[in-house]
Amino acid sequence: MSSIDFSWLIGGPQGSGVESGANVFSKVCAELGYQVFGKREFHSNIKGEHSYFTVRISDQLIHSNVNDVTLMISFDAETIFRHYDEVLSGGGIIYDSDLEKITTDSVHTLDNFFRERLHKELETKNKPFTIAGVLEIAKEKGVHLFPVSFKNILANLAEETENPRLKNMVRMFNVIGVSLSLGLIKMPPKSLLESIDSIFYKKPQIAEINKLAANYSYNYATSTFIDFPFTLPGIEKQSDTILVQGHQGTSIGKMVSGCRFQSYYPITPASDESVFLESHEILEINNDRPGSTIVIQTEDEISAMGMMIGSALTGTRSSTSTSGPGFALMAEAIGWAGMNEVPIVLTLYQRSGPSTGLPTRHGQDDLLFAVAGSFGDFPKIVYASGDIEESFYDTGRCFNYSDVYQLPVIHMMDKFLSSSVVTCKMFDPQKITINRGKLLDKIEGEYKRFALTTDGISPRSSLGLDNGIFWNTGDESDEYGHITEDPQMRIKMMDKRMSKLDLILKQVPVEEQIVSNGIHDYTIISWGSTKGPILDALKTLKKEGIEIGFIQVKMIHPFPEEIVKSLIKNVKTIIDIEANHSGQLGKIFKQNVAREIDYFILKYSGRGMTSTEIYDSLKKILQNKANKREVLEHGA
Amino acid sequence: MALKLADYKTTVHNDWCPGCGDFGIVNALQMALAEMGIERDKAAIFSGIGCSGKTSHFINTYGIHTLHGRVLTFAQGGKLANPEMTVVAVGGDGDGLGIGAGHFVAAGRRNIDMTYIIFDNGVYGLTKGQASPTLRLGEKTKSLPSPNTNFNVNPIGLAVASGFTFVARAYSYDVRHLKDLIVKAVQHKGLSFLDVLQPCPTYNDINTRDWYAGEDLAKEAADRHSRIYKLEETHFDPVVHYDDDTEVNEKLAQALIKSLEWGNKIPTGIFYKNETISPFSARLTDKIPNYLENPPAKQKISKDSLPITDVSKLLDSLKV
Repeated sequence: MSSIDFSWLIGGPQGSGVESGANVFSKVCAELGYQVFGKREFHSNIKGEHSYFTVRISDQLIHSNVNDVTLMISFDAETIFRHYDEVLSGGGIIYDSDLEKITTDSVHTLDNFFRERLHKELETKNKPFTIAGVLEIAKEKGVHLFPVSFKNILANLAEETENPRLKNMVRMFNVIGVSLSLGLIKMPPKSLLESIDSIFYKKPQIAEINKLAANYSYNYATSTFIDFPFTLPGIEKQSDTILVQGHQGTSIGKMVSGCRFQSYYPITPASDESVFLESHEILEINNDRPGSTIVIQTEDEISAMGMMIGSALTGTRSSTSTSGPGFALMAEAIGWAGMNEVPIVLTLYQRSGPSTGLPTRHGQDDLLFAVAGSFGDFPKIVYASGDIEESFYDTGRCFNYSDVYQLPVIHMMDKFLSSSVVTCKMFDPQKITINRGKLLDKIEGEYKRFALTTDGISPRSSLGLDNGIFWNTGDESDEYGHITEDPQMRIKMMDKRMSKLDLILKQVPVEEQIVSNGIHDYTIISWGSTKGPILDALKTLKKEGIEIGFIQVKMIHPFPEEIVKSLIKNVKTIIDIEANHSGQLGKIFKQNVAREIDYFILKYSGRGMTSTEIYDSLKKILQNKANKREVLEHGA
Repeated sequence: MALKLADYKTTVHNDWCPGCGDFGIVNALQMALAEMGIERDKAAIFSGIGCSGKTSHFINTYGIHTLHGRVLTFAQGGKLANPEMTVVAVGGDGDGLGIGAGHFVAAGRRNIDMTYIIFDNGVYGLTKGQASPTLRLGEKTKSLPSPNTNFNVNPIGLAVASGFTFVARAYSYDVRHLKDLIVKAVQHKGLSFLDVLQPCPTYNDINTRDWYAGEDLAKEAADRHSRIYKLEETHFDPVVHYDDDTEVNEKLAQALIKSLEWGNKIPTGIFYKNETISPFSARLTDKIPNYLENPPAKQKISKDSLPITDVSKLLDSLKV
């Protein structure tokens, strides 16, 4: 069975509609039954710097991008300079023919590091430092070139429709690019036009103009471009498929789980979640009046954390969403929540650190900080989702853990996930359960918030509950919550709180802690968003008859030491795959399991892993040709 | 059964220094709660860190002793999620105007219906008397190695500039007046701020009880007068009577000018009161009409352990 595996890349300056172009393309592909995995790369910049979107489509389940691009659409020079060499032999580049003479030096957003590398390449191949130069290289490699003057398209369109204003509508370059692409691969245009309607539903006039441009460009491509071997006419649609943006797993998960308060401070790549929650702040409730999520944009992350805790004390499921720099500011208050046994969920969308690092790029740099962040010994849970679909259900789990064990839960997400657009199975809200643990709705008689109980968990009152008065303090406290420095009470309270860690490992179902995708001589251990590219790489290897195991750790703290130990006891070679420099999970693994990692596959360029890269590295390991640390570099 | 003052007291041992101005504040707060008859389990005292942070443990209502500088953040979260609570936040001047100054300003902008009381003594007592934000430039309290090198924050001025809609000052040894102001502050619709001058007998040897009483002002006892006076006993009118820029600006400017008065005459009482500014709950209600009847803390989220939030429309819109 030959399967479809097609990658499309669109690039352009930020603010030129690359993202909306890609959204239209993804939507059209998904509507035609294909599986979609799209990923956005962008600079920390509002307008002008290079951004691009890669959309991989297939007739099979896919979880990642690959290195090779099948078709690239570019309406600016920088995209061609930066990505021409990613297009595979036999693939195609649709480009604006008016760009051919542009030199590398005239593109100011090409940084010197890149320009020097490009010049070296062009010099070796004896090509001019122009668009025409790089395109010659592509052509020699076997890439089909499809030049088209975007200006002429607009001019012709203006003439045909007797609407001279259209001549200057360069903002439609993205729609033209998408339509040319779809025409080239012969995708039926119906869903293209529907997508445009739905995007511009508030501006019907703009929608009309865009549809004119789309039709014109689509027909132009089908009639003018020849010799492209790929056609994607559509396949049978799976009935229960959705196309989701990265943040929608956790945000819709929060709504369903009953999160009714979210405080946040703007930060990439976390804020999309909060903005989405606020955009849907009024909630429909079965057989009841409407509910709502109060979303508060605070003055800083310290305040976001404080407000979340204050809200959680009222019995409200409360959360925040942030990234590394904001998380650092929250560290002190996480300890307070641990000390006072407050259930909170902190969704941590990691990006590349340290410090501001690569603010809009990917990294799984914060695992050790999440586990160890904040001073003092206190219990917390660090839980990691592997993909967007998982993140929906995991959000429900995180709230349950926080309520049942009365502690902060840090839900690890990242930029790779947040800027992906993927098809997945329809979320099923009824698969989320709600367990509020020992939250009380009525109290009679004397009440002690931190009553010493056999399981270490005390019945929980909330602010405003009749007869439920309690005190909290960041100081050590007695059972009422009043300050104490008594050494015996200190020991009791520390033991009470810390005992939850063992309880968690004992009570949380194994399959929620660890997902084992088979155990073999060579077995991967990993966490978070590397899951997708690992699964795709393993699938390719399996087709070649090679089996490699994969343990996805979801419960990272407390670490399920015993489960992991028993899983790996016959494994010969352990391979740790992570998007950070130091192999942070590897350190936790070694500490808990007392075993060395044999190979690391690491990436810290700020770009997400592709399955191609993982496949290549695994092959090297199997052939005994790999370094102990394989460092991945793909991506512009 | 009517609640008595004693009902608002806990049995927790109070370890403040003898003669500490904090006693007056905690007493006044308990008296105010009793006078208003606020149910104990419908009130929450949030406190910061420092001597004043212990306040919440002495009051028999919900008591949340938070982090240094962060008391307003916790308190606002609690009030937003359960607006039926009476929320009072307390903390020192270092807590609120030093480490927590950003939250002070942001809280003013929100105008959430609660009260913030600063225990203002010019020193960091619990760390042995370093200069705090309200200590004046060049002053040297007894444990400072050299005179204070920073200009002082003006709490009243900062509060009116930040958007607090009720701004007042009290003196901790005038407990009755302080209690009256706390009652007015709590009853105010919006964010109220009370700056309470509070001698630290151990570390602030400048702004002492005697100093506030004017002991140093004249040789003869008969000629002495307290530095403290009450604005309500003057012709000062702090209230914004109608929603008009000129009226608001005049009252703001007047409060600021009055707040600069210091030295031999120190005003207490209400500096500024403006109920024409919408409290935050009204701003939320504009977006979420049933917010006050069905706030986060009251919402049902599950039935038989299953979620009851209906996101089917949202999910349908994602369907391909």
